[in-house]
Amino acid sequence: MHQLWLIPALPLAGFLLLGIFGRRLSKPVINAAAIGSVVLAFLWVVKTLYGLGALDQPYVERYFTWIASGTLNVGFDFAVDRLSAVMLLIVTGVGALIHIYAIGYMSHEGGYYRFFAYLNLFMFFMLTLVLAANYLLLFVGWEGVGLCSYLLIGFYFLKRSATEAGKKAFVVNRIGDFGFSLGMFLIVAQFGSLDFQTVFAKVAGLPVEKGPGMLAIICILLLFGACGKSAQIPLYVWLPDAMEGPTPVSALIHAATMVTAGVYMVARSAVLFNHAPAALEVVAYVGLITAVLAATIGLTQYDIKKVFAYSTISQLGYMFLALGCGAYSAGVFHIMTHAFFKALLFLGAGSVIHALSGEQDLRLMGGLWKKIPVTFAVLLCASVAIAGVPPFSGFHSKDAILLAAYAHAPWMYWVGVVTAGLTAFYVFRAFFLCFFGSYRGDAHPHESPWIITAPLGVLALLSLGGGYIDVPRFLSPVFGEPQAVQNESLVYISVGAALAGIFVAWLFYVARPGLAESVAGALGGLYRLVYNKYFVDEAYDALIVNPIVDGSRTVLWRGVDAGLIDGAVDGAGSASRFIGGVLRLMQSGYIRRYAAWVVVGSILVILAVRFAGGAR
Amino acid sequence: MPNDFPIPLSAPAVPLAWYLILSAILFTLGVAGFLFRRNIITVFMSIELMLNAVNLTFVTFSYRLKQVDGHIFSFFVMVVAAAEAAVGLAIILTVFKNRSTLEIDEVNSMRL
Repeated sequence: MHQLWLIPALPLAGFLLLGIFGRRLSKPVINAAAIGSVVLAFLWVVKTLYGLGALDQPYVERYFTWIASGTLNVGFDFAVDRLSAVMLLIVTGVGALIHIYAIGYMSHEGGYYRFFAYLNLFMFFMLTLVLAANYLLLFVGWEGVGLCSYLLIGFYFLKRSATEAGKKAFVVNRIGDFGFSLGMFLIVAQFGSLDFQTVFAKVAGLPVEKGPGMLAIICILLLFGACGKSAQIPLYVWLPDAMEGPTPVSALIHAATMVTAGVYMVARSAVLFNHAPAALEVVAYVGLITAVLAATIGLTQYDIKKVFAYSTISQLGYMFLALGCGAYSAGVFHIMTHAFFKALLFLGAGSVIHALSGEQDLRLMGGLWKKIPVTFAVLLCASVAIAGVPPFSGFHSKDAILLAAYAHAPWMYWVGVVTAGLTAFYVFRAFFLCFFGSYRGDAHPHESPWIITAPLGVLALLSLGGGYIDVPRFLSPVFGEPQAVQNESLVYISVGAALAGIFVAWLFYVARPGLAESVAGALGGLYRLVYNKYFVDEAYDALIVNPIVDGSRTVLWRGVDAGLIDGAVDGAGSASRFIGGVLRLMQSGYIRRYAAWVVVGSILVILAVRFAGGAR
Repeated sequence: MPNDFPIPLSAPAVPLAWYLILSAILFTLGVAGFLFRRNIITVFMSIELMLNAVNLTFVTFSYRLKQVDGHIFSFFVMVVAAAEAAVGLAIILTVFKNRSTLEIDEVNSMRL
C-alpha cells in the first residue's frame, strides 16, 4: 500500500482546519495550514510516484465498497497510472506555487481564511478527480471542483457581477454535467460497471464502430460534460466571466487545473473514444472551432484577464483538437505546458494588477517594464512560451498537436497554424500594451513582494524548459507510441506563423501605434462583431435564458407555485375553517340543546337500525 | 298445599306490552322534562325518571324470561343512580351557592 488516500486527504485536512477554526487563527497559522497541506500533498505525490517505479500498469488501491445495488458495485477506489501521475504532479506542483503566490496577493483582502479554505477544498476535489478509479468517483471530484469554482468566482460576494458570474459558471457546468451523467448511465446500462479497468477491458473486446453507434453516443455525452468543464463550444461562455474571481483563482482553477479536467476525462476514456471514430471526429471539430473562435475574440479584448481567459479557451480547444486526432499524449503534454505558462500569464497579470492597485484595462497600462522589471521578465517568458517560439515549452506541445492534426487531416493543421499566429498576436498585443509605450494610467506602479515574484520565477523556468519533459514518451504505455509525422517544413511553418504574429503585434502596438485603430476601423462591422464576442451571450440570453426565465416566472411561479400549490394549501385551510364555522353553531353552550342533540342522534340511530338492518 | 295467595297463580298475566308501554311513557316524560324544564332539580328528577323507566323494562323482561340478569342490571342502575344523586346534588348545591340561581340556561360559561 502506498497510501494514495493521503494525497487528497491532506488538503481536505487543511480545508477542515481553515473552514472550521479559520476565523480564530492568526495569519501565519492560516498560511502554514494552507501552504503546508498542499506542499505536503505534492511531496507525498513525489514520494508515492518514486515508490511506484515504472508504473507500466495502473496501480489501484481499493478502500471500501461505496455503492452496492443489484449488480452494480461501485468502490471507493483510487488508481494511479502514468496519465494520472502527470496530472497529479501538475495539480499539486502548480497548485503549491499558486498557493504561495496567493499569500502575497491576498494579504490585504478580507475573508483571508475563507479564500484558502476554498482553495484547499478545491485541491481535495481535484485530486479526487484525478485519482478516481471509476467514473462515479471522478464525478464526485468533478462536481466538487465545480462547487469550489463557483465559491471562488463569487469570492467577492458583495460585488454583484461576481455573484452573477459564479452563478453562470455553476449553471453552465450543470448543463454539461447532465450530459456526463447520461453518459455514465449508458455506460452502466451497456457494461454494468463504472470501474475504468472493467469498462475499458470490455470495450477493448468490441469491434471499432463503423458509423455512429452506442459507443459514439456515450462518447458524445461524455464530451458534452467535458465541454462544460473545459469551456468548449457551446458551453464556453462561463469562463470569461469567471475572471471576476481573485487572480490566483483564475490561474489555478480557470487556467491550470480544473478546466483541464475535461481533457483529462476524455484522455482517460481514450479506449472508448478510439472505438468510436465518429465521436472522435466531433471532438476534433469542437476543439478546432473553439480554438479559432476564442482566439479571434482574444484579439480585441482590453481587459488583460479577459484576453488570457479567451486564450485559455483557445488553448483548451487545441487540447481537444489533439484528442480528436487521437494524439492523447500530445493533448496531455499541452495540459502540462499550458499549466505552466498560463498560470504564469495569469499570475503575472495579477502582479501587474497588484502593481497598478487593481487596474485591469490594457488601455490604462503601458511602459511598465521599467517599473516592474521582474514581472516584465516572467511575463516575457510566458508569452514566448505560449506563442510557440522554439525552444520554449509551448513550442514542443503545440508542435506535437499540429503534427498530429496534419496526420489526421491537413486542413486542420492549417487552421491550427493560423490560430497559432493569432495566439502569438493577442498575447504579445497584451504584452506590448502593458509594458511598452508610455504609461497611460494614473496609479503608482510598484514591484510586487518576493512572495509573489518567487513562484513566478519558478513557473518562468518551467515555462521555458518544460518542453523538454518528454510527456508523450512517458505516456506511451497508456496511449501507445505517438505517431510522429517527420516533416521539418511543417515545424518551420508553425514557428513562422508564431513569429509573424509577434511581429504584427510589435508593428501595431510598438512601432506604429494607431495602426491597430485604423485597421479596426477599416474592418468596421467585423471588428464590432468580434469585439462583442460574436454576441454569443446575447444570443444565449435571447434563445435560452430569457424563455426559461419567463416561462419559470409566468408558468412555474405564478401558475404552478402561486396558483396550484399555494391554492391547494390555502384551499385546505379555508375549507376547514368554513366547515368549522358551520359546526361551531352546534356548540351553543345550552345543556338542554345538547340533550336535544342526544335525543335526535338516538332517534337517528334507532331509525338506521330499523331501516338499514342490523339487530332485529 | 292450599293456595291462599289472593291472586291465583293461574290468573291471566298482565300482558308484556303493557309494562313496556308504561316504561316508554315514563321514559318519554323523563326526556320531555329534561328538555323543557329549566330548573336544575327538575331536570335532575327527570333523569331519575328515565333511569327508573329503563329499570322497569329490565325487571319486566327478567320476570318474563325467568332469568336473573335483568334484576342484576337494575340493581346496578340503582347503585349508579344513588351515586349520581350524591354527586349531582353536590354540584347543584355548589352552583346555587356560586350563582344564586337554579336556572339551567344561566349555567353556560362553557359557551364559545
